[in-house]
Amino acid sequence: MRKIKKSPDPQKPSMSNPHDVVITGIGLVSSLGEGPDAHWQKLTQPGLEPVLEATRFAPYTIHPLPEIDWNLQIAKRGDQRQMETWQRLGTYVAGLALDDAGIKGNDELCATMDMVVAAGGGERDEAVDAAILAASEARNDRDVLLNEKLTTELRPTLFLAQLSNLLAGNISIVHKVTGSSRTFMGEEGAGVSAVETAAARIRSGQSTHVLVGGAFQTAHSDMLLGYELAGYLHRGPWKPVWQRQGAEGGGVVTGSGGAFLVLEQRQHAQSRGRKIYAELGPVASGRARRRRGELNGEIAALLQQAVLPGGELLTISGASGAHAATAAEKAVLDANPALAVRAFSTLTGHMKEAQFPFAVALAALAVDRKAAYPVFDATVEKTFAGAPTSVLATAIGYHQFEGLGLIKAA
Amino acid sequence: MANLRDHMGRPVVAVTGIGVVTSLGVGKKDNWAALTSGKSGIHPITRFPVDHLNTRISGMVDFLDSSSKGASHLTYELAETAAQEAVSEAGLDAGDFGGPLFLASPPVELDWHDRFSLYNSDKKDAGAERLLRVARGLKELDVFDTTQFGTIADRLADRFGTRGLPITLSTACASGATAIQLGVEAIRRGECDKALSIGADGSATAEALIRFSLLSALSTHNDIPEKASKPFSKDRDGFVLAEGSGALVLESLEAALARGATVLGILRGCGEKADDFHRTRSKPDGSPAIAAVRAALADAGLSEDEIDYVNAHGTSTPENDKMEHLSLSTVFGERIGSMPISSNKSMIGHTLSAAGAVEAAFSLLTMRESVIPPTINYDNPDPAIVLDVVPNKKRNTEVRSVLSNSFGFGGQNTCLVMAREPV
Repeated sequence: MRKIKKSPDPQKPSMSNPHDVVITGIGLVSSLGEGPDAHWQKLTQPGLEPVLEATRFAPYTIHPLPEIDWNLQIAKRGDQRQMETWQRLGTYVAGLALDDAGIKGNDELCATMDMVVAAGGGERDEAVDAAILAASEARNDRDVLLNEKLTTELRPTLFLAQLSNLLAGNISIVHKVTGSSRTFMGEEGAGVSAVETAAARIRSGQSTHVLVGGAFQTAHSDMLLGYELAGYLHRGPWKPVWQRQGAEGGGVVTGSGGAFLVLEQRQHAQSRGRKIYAELGPVASGRARRRRGELNGEIAALLQQAVLPGGELLTISGASGAHAATAAEKAVLDANPALAVRAFSTLTGHMKEAQFPFAVALAALAVDRKAAYPVFDATVEKTFAGAPTSVLATAIGYHQFEGLGLIKAA
Repeated sequence: MANLRDHMGRPVVAVTGIGVVTSLGVGKKDNWAALTSGKSGIHPITRFPVDHLNTRISGMVDFLDSSSKGASHLTYELAETAAQEAVSEAGLDAGDFGGPLFLASPPVELDWHDRFSLYNSDKKDAGAERLLRVARGLKELDVFDTTQFGTIADRLADRFGTRGLPITLSTACASGATAIQLGVEAIRRGECDKALSIGADGSATAEALIRFSLLSALSTHNDIPEKASKPFSKDRDGFVLAEGSGALVLESLEAALARGATVLGILRGCGEKADDFHRTRSKPDGSPAIAAVRAALADAGLSEDEIDYVNAHGTSTPENDKMEHLSLSTVFGERIGSMPISSNKSMIGHTLSAAGAVEAAFSLLTMRESVIPPTINYDNPDPAIVLDVVPNKKRNTEVRSVLSNSFGFGGQNTCLVMAREPV
């Protein structure tokens, strides 16, 4: 369990514990670009317009991937070919984080590094699926049809590009991270648990440095179907996250992207002389039984657990836009007038498993740069003046599971 | 009085409840009777037509209510059934467990039957466009729920009253062992005094079978199904796809003793090491598997000669069994030829995400009953693999400690060390 020692410096009460969890590497990709600098630069531009792709999957709008030169993080073409875009993206973003932390290429640090990846599944072969569905209209023996088509038309290695744990597997192969490898599943909750578990390992002394994060590639019909089977996707003209209530559809606009963090024991980071972005403070997670109306109460309880500091608090919200979850989050956050909220999905789209790691990364950047992001939606979000020393990050699942964490000045 | 802290000062983790379902039946009693009499649960596939398939046998669980309702429903029922047995045995409230849930389960996808039925409910447009349009008109969440990776754990959390956000995980064929490892670690960190760890897999669909088949991973010995899985044999030709579930109630020894629970065994150590060699093949020198075994022994505070028996991963693929032999002989040295090492998979097939949990359950029973289940179908030993595989017939012998191996695609290697008694 976490121990809190008295600090010799009263100005920085959280600085003294060598077992604190600190963030020493950030890898980011979204429609806005790649890397922490590019994201900081874009997101601090007042009135930034989102990058949108509104026609390819109409009536759904998505935030597409930026141009990426995969070779920069995945040197071997053979490795690139073994993956589809989701795994490539995750492996790429993980590489950015490792680079940023000065770990990439360091065999000893990679071989002792633990890894927790939050993952969904990879891309199916849309052409094969479409052909089977088309043929099914004229056939009653659909199970036989399935055998016939799948045995002859599936690319054998595609299975590996679909397996959830093979994002982590590819990170091991490409970046040589081999201390341990665990994959958590379960939408936003997987990202929350991944960060929470990684932090608990470091605090207890089980790990000294952990790679944690996830990626989401939305430009695939099955990835949209995963939301739309419950009507969660927003349709019609794009709107900011907070303004989708009552609009056509369910409120979620998705985006491709990913976020990986290098979490490190403070002492470990200091002893190798690394720059520390921020400290990862308490992470709280929960499972409200939403059908029983528990969500508002659960979010409020999580805020209590995070032990928010006094005064104005910048809050990086992972709100998805999903009507019920977003309304609940807004109601609870609005009830605390100290919170100045920024819903980043307005500008990046919802990135599912990567949502919480992304929120934590943006919070760490604000703490590190000693500045807040301007409002992402001037009609709802309020300004924040001054330098944030603590920033709250939230991820309230569009359908289930909730989490938040407090990121503090290093 | 047993030590409540281990050699590293952490809480000792006890097992107070065990549940299991495999193709051999529901529950420990039926499974153990079958397993120790060398009975195989591998049988011809009847759940779907086998036209065009090279492999037409499996260890599917065909006798549950959800057996024909798709992977999500069957995986849930498998998990629930095993967990119910484990929680009851532990003497805990089955509706208010009060500790965290760690679930190893297969990745989910929209079932083909649902895909067909959605698609053919309409005639307008085609392909994905039609599916999406039909999807957004659905009035019920049933199909949606089967496509969310967190659904099964969410339902289990409701059913058993587990605490907090449940963790669903996948480390491929090592998943069941990882679920147990996460529970052990949570108790050791003092986050809880009990945890429910489940491995469940009901995902033996036609597509799953075809995918493994295309990777040449499955046995095609269809003619005598119960003979198809033959770990460590010269003519082994792949694993047999199977379903099942295993559940353990893990509890700090202190909490277990304080409430007067029966201690069924001790989870002494867990070790893991990722392999960076290849997506499906192990590093030729076996070093990651070796490191995982050694890490588990070190975590348990036991030396090589303190392990009485190895519950092998033993999949019956040419690659796995060779690599497992190499890594075990590296760790155990000369002793390897004389220590018992058997594979439950010879009888139940490879239960994938559940395997580590199912085999941990059987390892604990092995110690409690002082009976080692055999490796069946060992008629044609591989001369390159000299092991005492407990061939074909069970062995009555005292077993105080077990190493259970789990290795998976994606470089996953997880090993568990269990002991019969606290020290």
